[in-house]
Amino acid sequence: MSGGVHADPVSAAVARAFREERAIVLATLIRQAGDFQLAEDAVQDAFEAAVTAWRRDGVPANPGAWITTAARRRAIDRLRRDRSVADRAERLAELTRLEAQDEEELPMDDESSIVDDRLRLIFTCCHPALDMSARVALTLRTLGGMTTGEIARAFLVAEPTMGKRIVRAKRKIADAHIPYRVPADDELPDRLGGVLRVVYLIFNEGYAATEGDQLVRRELCEEAVRLGELLCRLMPDDAEVWGLSALMLLHDARRPARVDPSGRYVALDEQDRSLWDRGRIGEGLARLERAVRLRRPGEYQLQAAITALQIQAPHADATDWAQIAELYGALVMLNPSPVIELNRAVAVGLADGHAAGLALLEPLLGDSTLEHYQPLHAAHAELLSRAGDAAGAARAYKRAIALSSNAVERAELERRLSALR
Amino acid sequence: MAQYMLLVYQPEVDPAEQAEREREMPMFVDLHRSLREAGLLVGVQRLHSTESATSVRVRGGETEITDGPFAITKEVLAGYYILDCADLDEALKQAARVPAARYGTVEVRPIMSAEEWLNVSREAGADLPDEAVKDMA
Repeated sequence: MSGGVHADPVSAAVARAFREERAIVLATLIRQAGDFQLAEDAVQDAFEAAVTAWRRDGVPANPGAWITTAARRRAIDRLRRDRSVADRAERLAELTRLEAQDEEELPMDDESSIVDDRLRLIFTCCHPALDMSARVALTLRTLGGMTTGEIARAFLVAEPTMGKRIVRAKRKIADAHIPYRVPADDELPDRLGGVLRVVYLIFNEGYAATEGDQLVRRELCEEAVRLGELLCRLMPDDAEVWGLSALMLLHDARRPARVDPSGRYVALDEQDRSLWDRGRIGEGLARLERAVRLRRPGEYQLQAAITALQIQAPHADATDWAQIAELYGALVMLNPSPVIELNRAVAVGLADGHAAGLALLEPLLGDSTLEHYQPLHAAHAELLSRAGDAAGAARAYKRAIALSSNAVERAELERRLSALR
Repeated sequence: MAQYMLLVYQPEVDPAEQAEREREMPMFVDLHRSLREAGLLVGVQRLHSTESATSVRVRGGETEITDGPFAITKEVLAGYYILDCADLDEALKQAARVPAARYGTVEVRPIMSAEEWLNVSREAGADLPDEAVKDMA
């Protein structure tokens, strides 16, 4: 339901309501009904009912309110039938009370309660007691508008497998009583960090596409960018929230230039900069500035600052690699990781020459966690080639090619290998 | 309110290291007192080592008795807590306070209430009266 062309206005209205209102209605109904699965089923029922009712009676003036009321009625019906739900009587009483209130006055949920419900839903979907793959799937399913089938295709698993993963996660939320709330202040930084990780993982899955032929899985990137923007609206005082949103926008702005018309992967320094999305770049830079003004530096802000420097250079050769190398240095201090060390080595190689880059990169070749990391060998090859060591560069390219699981990327590495003199 | 069982798994170690752990008893005393004062503690018990375990299986009407635990694993069940907690977050927070969490693993499992058990059985087709709850609990 998340995309496509709709022949008639009613289908289009239902699709639009699904896209714009579903997560909001669901977030509130989960709290009111006290049960994730029940609320989701009821919201699903309401959208199905909308197709018939709107075709018969016309599209309502406020589709969101219509769906909210219909979903609550369906939840009441389901609760009356299903005796297995915990605290059933209590839930029924609460929903019936809301239903009665609804008849007297139009429900105008105030803005802050909508915000709180959406945050509750985000923190529940990204709860650390759930498996990471389940957090990702649940977030896309309930907060993004993706169907189970679409998520399954994006992550290259069979639809029933993905369906089971989501059902299992929802069952755990109910059985283990994973709370539906925004974490307390003492847990918040940690838990928010977990939420940002989930969103960035979704983005990277779409952007980097570790497997398969399609370099850009557009939908995942767009969902992640939307989730990033939503978090900025919900938690505007957190610098890293703005940092992540900026980072994703700045990466995503270059998406049109990353693949040429023949499907070939185009490295950053060879990209046609006129293809970059200037609107997204402007938005990303504005968000980065907003993050920096909050004066709480963090990982995502540093990465966004690095990306901003790469983007702002008028052409690839004019990139300020010295400053980028410095930012990577700060990033390594904040989050010591061999992958960041590698990026730093590449930047230093471009700022201070191949010898300085190789001096930082070579110790990483002995790191067992990077042994099968394709970019390490590709970067090694690049530096060796610039140092004039064609034989060494060829060996490293072959290693990188053997490790690449992406056809487009592999073709590019092969092209570079054959260009060696 | 929900009930959780915290299953404490830890590697069985040599006597010297075990003696070191035994000297941590005051930490357990403090934890248990604080859990009791907070009204969370329903029960806690430590088990004898797996050397004293006996496993029973009935197969084809025959009872088989074997010396030893259910499975030979590096970390073994050493004890358990039953806690009343508001939700999983609170149970996880308490689990992290168990001294054995630093060298072992504390598995947190929600306990199924007798009512839930009855509902699950009924959904599966079992014919049970409401009073069965009292016998199950």
